[in-house]
Amino acid sequence: MRTVTFHIQRWDPDRDEKGAPRTESFEIPYAGQLTVLDGLFHIQEKIDGSLAFRYCCRASICGSCAMYINGRYRLACQTNVKHLHTDEVRIEPLPHLPLVKDLVCDMTDFFAKYEYIQPWLMRTSREPEREILQSPADRRKLDMPIDCILCGACYSSCPSVWGEDHYLGPAALLKAYRFEVDSRDEAVKSRLPSWDNERGVYRCHVITNCVEACPKELNPTEGIQWLKMAAVRRRLFGRRK
Amino acid sequence: MPHHQLIVVGGGLAGLRAAVEAKAGGVDVAILSQVHPGRSHSGAAQGGINAALANNPDGRDDSPEKHAFDTVKGSDYLADQAAAIQMTSDAPGVIFEMDHWGCPFSRYDDGRIAQRPFGGAGYPRTCYGADKTGHYLLHTLVERAYERRIKMYVEVFVTALIVDEGRCRGVVAYDMIRGGFEAFTADAVVMATGGAGRIYANSTNAIISTGGAAAAAYHAGVPMEDMEFVQFHPTGLYTTHILMTEGARGEGGYLINDEGERFMARYAAKAMELAPRDITSRAITTEIDEGRGIGGGDYVHLDLRHLGAERILERLPGIRDLAIHFEGVDPIEEPIPIKPVQHYTMGGIDTDVDGRTRMPGFYAAGECACVSVHGANRLGGNSLLETIVFGRRAGMAVVADLEGGAPGGDPAPAGRAAVAALEARVAELAARGSGGIDPYAVREEMIAATRDCFGVFREEAVMRTGVEVLRRLKERCAGIGLRNAGGVFNLDLMRTLELEGMVDLALCVAEGALARTESRGSHSRTDYPARDDEHWLKHTLAHYTPEGPRLEYVPVALGTFEPQERKY
Repeated sequence: MRTVTFHIQRWDPDRDEKGAPRTESFEIPYAGQLTVLDGLFHIQEKIDGSLAFRYCCRASICGSCAMYINGRYRLACQTNVKHLHTDEVRIEPLPHLPLVKDLVCDMTDFFAKYEYIQPWLMRTSREPEREILQSPADRRKLDMPIDCILCGACYSSCPSVWGEDHYLGPAALLKAYRFEVDSRDEAVKSRLPSWDNERGVYRCHVITNCVEACPKELNPTEGIQWLKMAAVRRRLFGRRK
Repeated sequence: MPHHQLIVVGGGLAGLRAAVEAKAGGVDVAILSQVHPGRSHSGAAQGGINAALANNPDGRDDSPEKHAFDTVKGSDYLADQAAAIQMTSDAPGVIFEMDHWGCPFSRYDDGRIAQRPFGGAGYPRTCYGADKTGHYLLHTLVERAYERRIKMYVEVFVTALIVDEGRCRGVVAYDMIRGGFEAFTADAVVMATGGAGRIYANSTNAIISTGGAAAAAYHAGVPMEDMEFVQFHPTGLYTTHILMTEGARGEGGYLINDEGERFMARYAAKAMELAPRDITSRAITTEIDEGRGIGGGDYVHLDLRHLGAERILERLPGIRDLAIHFEGVDPIEEPIPIKPVQHYTMGGIDTDVDGRTRMPGFYAAGECACVSVHGANRLGGNSLLETIVFGRRAGMAVVADLEGGAPGGDPAPAGRAAVAALEARVAELAARGSGGIDPYAVREEMIAATRDCFGVFREEAVMRTGVEVLRRLKERCAGIGLRNAGGVFNLDLMRTLELEGMVDLALCVAEGALARTESRGSHSRTDYPARDDEHWLKHTLAHYTPEGPRLEYVPVALGTFEPQERKY
């Protein structure tokens, strides 16, 4: 049996002052494997039932449990304590986001910005009776952005988001890229103003924190630069893609 | 008190599809979900979704009828045949619609949707997007729900139905973000809350797949159908039980025992690794039981190495990442240790092909429902299909039924009464507090009992022990204590409130399995190894009583495919 100590940032709106979180430490015994999420459940079930955190799939596909673990953005479910190479684990909620409780952040703005870019395929043609044909090469352009799990790590990591409340941030813009780059999408005018504006791509200063933060190893910065070039091409040549 | 014409409980594929359909029909609809819809467990589905598109060069002769036959044969003839035919004939249309809405399916060179072989299917008819098909479908429908401006109440935890004069008029729920309990009243409710895999200790399912909301329907008097049929997926990752898609075998992966043998040759000589899941899970369990697990242990190998790095990276990138992150094994270099684990709840809320239940105003779709299209064993690729086909049909049924006239009367008094009842229950749990029985100890005992007594192989003596344990746990539920009552995002509250419903569903599995003295599909009894059509070609209905489920049996809808012995 081994032991690991979790130092967890706690904040309960019913007992703590705003902006004054506490840190509480818990010792967790384990044999074999232990993920950070396993450890959080151990605490919630056996030590302190009031601990709050998000979870769902525990297989790194739902995006619920993005946290700041030993100074890095990680999914709690995907983080094996063994791979941290220490018996001291500091766990904080996604930095720079408002808190609901403990490790749970308020994602309202994050999803409002996602909705703002109109994240859906837009078509003007009459739909074919079968599928819309798409070449494997065109489909491959989607490989990177469609793997986004909307966990919010990139959004939390972006200095431009910290400094400007209205900036849409890397996740929403990556979603805009996902549709603009899709050969089936026919949005000529309607989606463009949502990201080609003062809230949009021009506030990305290529700091690339988002690339480092992404637990799925995606590259939002690349998508945002593609959008910038697409906007310029459109202004110069009137072409969409 | 929020009121909508339609409340959809659950924001996974079935719930989203129902909501989109109802909204298109002019109904004011809201989704209530415990997690943001984009985080629903539908997103963890990997391998694909079945439809007889005949796109695969080896599938030119495929048809919805053949898909229906495979589904019925796979179900060990317990599926209602008209329902299976309905699902497979709706299938191509709903797939094309998902494509039109942006779902990024993998493609053939000619631009059409790619299809791969799957277990128990006569033709390669499983449409896929790499090995993340559920994630892609889910996000596509979330996007469509935003486009349609569907109201979503996110992080709202439903605990009970509001029933007024025999009709469902909404739900009561704990608001995780704001704290407190609230009634959401409606003219109709669609339940789409997924499976109950977490009543087992060894499940591929998401941690939130507890069946809690479906149990609320059961408590309100809606019967659960065929709950004893529990699917064990052949290839769960050894340590964490995370799913390794059937698509890995569809792409050509081997199952290998300690002797280096492709042992499926002895169980399904023709289909080999692509035998249906019940047969493959039994084969692996037999290998392990007879000492041919790897190193004599309780697992075998899923070997993908011969597929080569390029094919693995293109078709199975998610599987590779999961194996690396959660098992420390790179499938390009090493075989993956796997074992059969609970995966899918074939049973569920008894519905017709339009999601209607015996309770007016109450509908269900997706894994929490039982239409029944999966019978005693679901084919891989049919669950994603079920969510979209029957979610859509439930949405259409609500539109049609409400056009026929909304229910009269104000649901608010019943809503207030339901909230008061919930508050009283929480007060009682909190009064016992830490002096009460520990709910997590009860949960641990329950999930161990289901795992140990109602697994891949079952027999009377073991099942009797399991039933006794579960009955005792049910009694102990009356004494559990809640240590943290108030506040926001209270996991203790939610996990304590859902516990008794989980035990009730486990009892449906247990009592149904003990009573069914035959082997059919996933229900495999060593003491009754043969299928017994004379006595058991019938569905189990479990009705809630405080003393435990009361079982009733109803006929299977046959008529097209004559029951025959299953060979693969």
